[in-house]
Amino acid sequence: MNETAAPPTLIDIRNLAKSYRRGGQIVPVLTDITLEVRKGDFLGLMGPSGSGKSTLLNLIAGIDKPDAGEILFDGVDITRLSETALADWRAGTVGFIFQFYNLIPVLTAFENVELPLTLTRLTRRERREHVETALELVGLSDRLSHYPSELSGGQQQRVAIARAIIADPRLIVADEPTGDLDRHSAEEVLTLMDRLNTDLGKTIVMVTHDRRAADQAHAIMYLDKGELSTSADVHERSLR
Amino acid sequence: MQFLKLVLRNALRHRLRTALTLLGLVVAILSFGLLQTVVDAWYAGAAGAAPTRLVTRNAVSLVFHLPLSYRDQIRAVDGVRAVSHATWFAGIYQDPKNFFPQFAIEPRTYFAMYPEYLVAQPEFTAFLRDRKGAVIGRKIADTYHLTVGDPLPLRGTIYPGTWEFTVSAIYDGIDTKTDTSQMFFHWEYLNETIKKRAGRQVDQVGVYLVDVTDMDRVAEVSRAIDALFKNSLAETLTETERAFQIGFVKQTEALVIAIRIVSYVVIVIILAVMANTMAMTARERLSEYATLKALGFSPGYVASLIVGESVAIAVIGAVIGIVATFPVANWFAAKVGTIFPVFEISGETVVLQIACALGVGVVSAVAPGRRAATIKIVEGLRAIG
Ligand SMILES: Nc1ncnc2c1ncn2[C@@H]1O[C@H](COP(=O)(O)OP(=O)(O)OP(=O)(O)O)[C@@H](O)[C@H]1O
Ligand SMILES: [Mg+2]
Repeated sequence: MNETAAPPTLIDIRNLAKSYRRGGQIVPVLTDITLEVRKGDFLGLMGPSGSGKSTLLNLIAGIDKPDAGEILFDGVDITRLSETALADWRAGTVGFIFQFYNLIPVLTAFENVELPLTLTRLTRRERREHVETALELVGLSDRLSHYPSELSGGQQQRVAIARAIIADPRLIVADEPTGDLDRHSAEEVLTLMDRLNTDLGKTIVMVTHDRRAADQAHAIMYLDKGELSTSADVHERSLR
Repeated sequence: MQFLKLVLRNALRHRLRTALTLLGLVVAILSFGLLQTVVDAWYAGAAGAAPTRLVTRNAVSLVFHLPLSYRDQIRAVDGVRAVSHATWFAGIYQDPKNFFPQFAIEPRTYFAMYPEYLVAQPEFTAFLRDRKGAVIGRKIADTYHLTVGDPLPLRGTIYPGTWEFTVSAIYDGIDTKTDTSQMFFHWEYLNETIKKRAGRQVDQVGVYLVDVTDMDRVAEVSRAIDALFKNSLAETLTETERAFQIGFVKQTEALVIAIRIVSYVVIVIILAVMANTMAMTARERLSEYATLKALGFSPGYVASLIVGESVAIAVIGAVIGIVATFPVANWFAAKVGTIFPVFEISGETVVLQIACALGVGVVSAVAPGRRAATIKIVEGLRAIG
């Protein structure tokens, strides 16, 4: 075993560009983004508001399409997949954690977590076992039949995390997962995300404004004016 | 399972909104059913007509009668099984609003030709014996609380004066579609009275009723009868009982068409209400639908959640509305008494009610369903419910 060998690349982003049209004017958001995410990485994306962090994350997660460039996920360019193929790819590959949790209000914690599994061939019993395990992992075994409105923000986000990992995805994307939480709940969520990364080996890309949250990540990229830079670059720039 | 759960729980999410929409649906489906039943009641006479029965009337107008002598001539036409006659009396019972038709008839031949009017044999015998006797339908008896033996005075309009009748018999219909709002009495009594008063319409009858041996000869026989009296003083027009009845309804057809249009207008109104509700509902949930799509659910799944919810509400409304139609129709029928001889909700009306409700459910969901299915996920996620 070669100890210096880096883990294989999971996501290979090349010359990615995305712009929006606003009132006849074209506003470039991302220009020529090139980025590599390795298997098992925990990448933090930071940058000022409006810099395009969410846009980049959405492209990586396959819920938006770029104007140019490619996103190779395990060698497959997901920007070329059809809508249907992309939906299947997301269902099997990506776990989502949103700032506002995005749980379905009419479903209980259990049912919310079960939702992605209804797209699989698992039996009812297998689903039940999986869901119980996932909710146990996030420490909500005693809240199975609670509706989102009966849970605190932190608890809702933990349910969302359970939902994000239930189908055993290889990638987890999180857009400001602690943005709506108090410090204590935010810490719980970040600890959980760290466990997903270290214990379960999930690759995570997380957008955040929160310095504390970013500390959890192994690597941080800064996005500004459509361009990416590493923390080292930023450090260097500030020294100059 | 998950699908149905989502559909039903979504439907119950805004209790008040759903309840109000349901109330609207129930009222619409109920009104639609009642209006359709009114239209049916209008055509009930034609619907109850037997295919082998013909009506021969004066070719000029119903106002003019036909000589009694025609009876034997018609009976001699090949293909005729039996002949009877009936004369419109137009008497008033107590008050002009107490309307029911009265006919002067030839008892034996008439009731032989109309097996759908059921009269108990002893009562019928009593009727034959009493020249001032009358047979009334069950609906008249119920509406005006008349029983056998009661006097039944009518104020004549075509034939002036007060006419004293006695209820000898009450007939029932062979089924609920039979008209039991008619009164029959002896034509002999009418004719003798006119004779005594030296009236002009002696030995005349309103229309002849002709029973044809078999259905295929109906056209041929009616032509033969009319040919018989061609160029006579009273030329005839013979048509099927059904055509004859429809001729009556035709006079009021504009009203019937108006009622029919109103019944569909009611459905269009509830469609607009329902479509608005579904649009509002779906708009509020755009971010949820986007979340589902992000998780890998197809646009079709999301659209069918909306269609399912809309149809579920519509079907519940339809069921309550249809169930409510029956007691309301009964109450209405009792209120209007003998104006509508037959007032019955047909199977066709119920099917139309279901079809309208399903139509409302599906059409209301088309626009919001399409929007939820086609909106880009990132845009849907930005829409905060
Ligand atoms: N659908 C859209 N139409 C037009 N402009 C858009 C759209 N989505 C995003 N933008 C613009 O693209 C830019 C980047 O948006 P994005 O949401 O990626 O920023 P962000 O870095 O996530 O910001 P924040 O930290 O506030 O969440 C912004 O200027 C935004 O106004
Ligand atoms: Mg953002």
